[in-house]
Amino acid sequence: MAKTEQVAEAGGNVLEVSGVTLRFGGLTSLNDVSLSMGRGEILAIIGPNGAGKTSFFNSVTGAYLPQEGTIGFLPRAGGRHELRGCKPYLVSRHGVSRTFQNIRLFGALTALENVKIAVETRQKTDAVSIMLGLPHARRAERESDRRAHEVLAFVGLEGRLNELASSLSYGEQRRLEIARALATGPELLLLDEPAAGTNPTEKRDLEDLIRRINADLGVSVLLIEHDMKLVMSVADRVVVLNFGKKIAEGTPGEVQRDPAVIEAYLGASAEEDAAAVADVVAGQAASGAAEGEVKGA
Amino acid sequence: MSTVRDSKGRERVPSAASLRRVRWYQEARWKRLVALLVLAVVGAQVTGVQGTSTDIFYALGENFTGTGIWIWLALCVGVWVIREFLSEPVNRGWVASRDRVSQPVARVRGVWQADPRLRYGGGALLLVVLILLPLWLSTYWQQVMVDQIAIFVLLAIGLNVVIGWAGMLDLGFVAFFAIGAYSAAFWTGSLPVEPPVVLNTFLVIPIAIVTCLLAGVLLGAPTLRLRGDYLAIVTLGFHEIVYLAARNWTDFTGGSRGARMSERFVIDLGFWRFEWGLDPKPYYWLLLGFIVVIIFLFLRLEHSRVGRAWTAIREDEVAAASTGVNTVRMKLLAFAIGASTSGVAGVVYASKVAFISPENFVLLLSILVLAYVIFGGMGSIPGVLAGAALLIWLPEYLRDSVDPQDRFMYLGALLVVMMIYRPQGLLPSKRRQRELRLAEEKA
Amino acid sequence: MSLQDFWDVFVLGVVLGSLYAVIAIGYTLVYGVLQLLNFAHSEVFMSGGFGGLIVLTVVVPAADPSGIQSAGYVLLGMLAGAALGGGVAYGLERVAYRPLRRRGAPRLVFLITAIGASFFIYNLAGKIFGRNASRMPSMYENKTLFTLFGAPINVTQALVVVSAVLMLILVDFVVNRTKLGSGIRAVAQDPEVASLMGVNIDKVVSRTFVLGGLMGGVAGFLYGTTTQVWYTMGFLPGITAFAAAVLGGIGNVRGAMLGGMVLGVVEAMTVEIWGDAWRYVGAFAVLVAVLMFRPTGILGERVARTA
Repeated sequence: MAKTEQVAEAGGNVLEVSGVTLRFGGLTSLNDVSLSMGRGEILAIIGPNGAGKTSFFNSVTGAYLPQEGTIGFLPRAGGRHELRGCKPYLVSRHGVSRTFQNIRLFGALTALENVKIAVETRQKTDAVSIMLGLPHARRAERESDRRAHEVLAFVGLEGRLNELASSLSYGEQRRLEIARALATGPELLLLDEPAAGTNPTEKRDLEDLIRRINADLGVSVLLIEHDMKLVMSVADRVVVLNFGKKIAEGTPGEVQRDPAVIEAYLGASAEEDAAAVADVVAGQAASGAAEGEVKGA
Repeated sequence: MSTVRDSKGRERVPSAASLRRVRWYQEARWKRLVALLVLAVVGAQVTGVQGTSTDIFYALGENFTGTGIWIWLALCVGVWVIREFLSEPVNRGWVASRDRVSQPVARVRGVWQADPRLRYGGGALLLVVLILLPLWLSTYWQQVMVDQIAIFVLLAIGLNVVIGWAGMLDLGFVAFFAIGAYSAAFWTGSLPVEPPVVLNTFLVIPIAIVTCLLAGVLLGAPTLRLRGDYLAIVTLGFHEIVYLAARNWTDFTGGSRGARMSERFVIDLGFWRFEWGLDPKPYYWLLLGFIVVIIFLFLRLEHSRVGRAWTAIREDEVAAASTGVNTVRMKLLAFAIGASTSGVAGVVYASKVAFISPENFVLLLSILVLAYVIFGGMGSIPGVLAGAALLIWLPEYLRDSVDPQDRFMYLGALLVVMMIYRPQGLLPSKRRQRELRLAEEKA
Repeated sequence: MSLQDFWDVFVLGVVLGSLYAVIAIGYTLVYGVLQLLNFAHSEVFMSGGFGGLIVLTVVVPAADPSGIQSAGYVLLGMLAGAALGGGVAYGLERVAYRPLRRRGAPRLVFLITAIGASFFIYNLAGKIFGRNASRMPSMYENKTLFTLFGAPINVTQALVVVSAVLMLILVDFVVNRTKLGSGIRAVAQDPEVASLMGVNIDKVVSRTFVLGGLMGGVAGFLYGTTTQVWYTMGFLPGITAFAAAVLGGIGNVRGAMLGGMVLGVVEAMTVEIWGDAWRYVGAFAVLVAVLMFRPTGILGERVARTA
């Protein structure tokens, strides 16, 4: 694939996860998971329900503290940030942002305000200069307004700026959440089932949006998704989790043919050809999307 | 599942309740009657005579045999009869009258909201009225305006930042009021210990702000990451410790004997000198000035990145944190701003009443301020102003007909009733109202 | 402090602590099922004191009672305390909390309601029964029963500790062994799943309040016999008991017992060392320290949901 080579040229990884183990009481949610993600890559994580996908996201973004392992984030500027046990707001400041499986917008605020909150976490104006209305505080406010408009236009919500987040349609809410995540200017974006509950048109728009985020903004995308069609079409590589363990990794085509993956999804060793499996997997996805997974902490 | 036919012959699936055998006394109607009868009994006690500890049965006996309980019973049974048997005509009349009123109201509101000049004009007019108000009042009411209303409005505005905007329950708010008042006493040389320099009361204000800010940060930094109800209890404990310190640390605070303030607010420009003395009016104007300035500053804050971050934290702390909002820091900011507002109120209060003792800073005051904020509408400045003014004015106005000792009983009941029927308050903030609605839709 | 003083103080602390433990159970049970700090539980405790006072004022004659009569009075006082405490707790749940729970109101709203209810109840008690403290009629001659490590133990102290321990055993049994207990534990784990499994949440919550109320009521009566009964008597013991519940790990019944004992002893020591004026400062200091360094308490929380 041309894209993968290009990634290799750009050089280096953006995320290096090694040996992450997360337990809740007696339950092992993640078991020695290691993976690395190249800069500019779109990597999808798939797996049956309860495989630990969202737990993995929560571990990367600091909502959960895995007992073992390291999670390194390597920003473009150089250096390495250890994300394991990092406070969620610091994870975001380092340049990793996320969306939630069950959309978590600030429902009583408008779309514009939702995005402005994210922009403003990068500003440093203090409370006193805001109260006194000092020029640099006013400038910062205008700047955040401009940037929020820009991001909302990027995701195609420029017409819904002053709507309350809670009154937007489902697909629009998904896009607004992505806009909020993008507004902090991340290098790595984690999308937790962005296509869940969206209709086919919205799904196509979303596919396009993910590609644009990746290509135009140069943001690496880590994606949890049940919709195999979407995964197969946008992902450069796929990682498969089952019962908290990584069971396969590779290009979408390779993963689809992997017997371990087929077994994980069917629960029995299967000899069927890959196409049939893909159908089953897609079917699973539809049912899986309706169910809720572990909530964020 | 078996189906049954209703009176019109349509098939319907029976509900669980209709399948369960419901005895007559289990019907909602009779349950409501029992509830109302209980209400009547409690109401008769609430409005009855004051009891005495020497004969604990005195009040019970009086209230169960007096006329009060019959009035209450008649009222409650009357309400029940109207609700159960006459609800339709009453409802119709209610809806009709509401429709008649709602259109003109909506029109007026539309005009009001459409033109910001109108609102500024209204605000300016209100301010002028407020400035001139004490000139028409008796000295007694002037005192009430200063000692009670203006001071508590200031406190309520401060608490509103903490509870209304940042969504934290701070029950130790009055501790900062005490710290402000005792700072004023200390720096004007009114305490048993000598300060390094004796200052003009105006200069104490920034010192009190900084002191309360520091105290707020010291208390807040370790505790603000706690869950909401833990925070409530820790702040309550903090208040109790400050109160006990004021009472028992006699060498510093003068203990329960209190401290007499030796200085008042003075402006001394050499050629012109003004001292805030016994007349309450200058204090009123001074406080009004503080209040207007503080409201102006806080409104700016509410509509800035800080106010938005607070809203985000209030709505969904997890999402706010992963968006990059430093939640602990933002909460600490709200806490410290609230604390310093309370401190300013403390300085002015100490200077005005000229005598402070630990009993001026009991926990009840925290609850009072909380009640004002909630009654008016958390997060809404006009609401907080109206709530505080109304809830202070009403007991003062009724002081001859209602025992002042019962004030807290009614306030407690008011809090419960408000939370059940109108949690957004009298003049709600738009954001808050939406949030409450969203939270309830989700459930 | 000599060793003898230490034992004297220790005994006082254990007596106090066993009361705190019983009150703390009320907080911890309600917290377990509702994740709610039931601020008004201190008023349940106060009601228990008045329940005992009312009945005993009617029943107990002025003359010195015989041994068997004494036992009867004590039992009657406990029953009355439990009845009024349980009744107030039930009413509180029905009137103040259930409408909010049905509506799914935010936690802040619950807390404010709890504070409002607390204010209403104790001021109403002050209005009805007067605002001065009343002494319980004497049910028995409060003589020294025996000495423990040289510290004399009187009848009241023995009564408090024995009945508290019995109640703690009873609650432990109810929570761990009975159907109500499994309902309580199920709702504490996850109310949604519990209701899908056929647990009637309203009923469980209401009974949890009543169970906590019965305990709190008896504790109120016992506290009243050790000191006096007055309308604000619930406030400080209530806060201390809440601190005890947090100290032991909120939602954890055995933790509440342990926390109560620890805080009782801490309080007695504080009084001994710094004087009565600072009585409650020790408890608050312990609370703040625990929340800072180990917010899940000594024995760990039993609260499933964290979000």
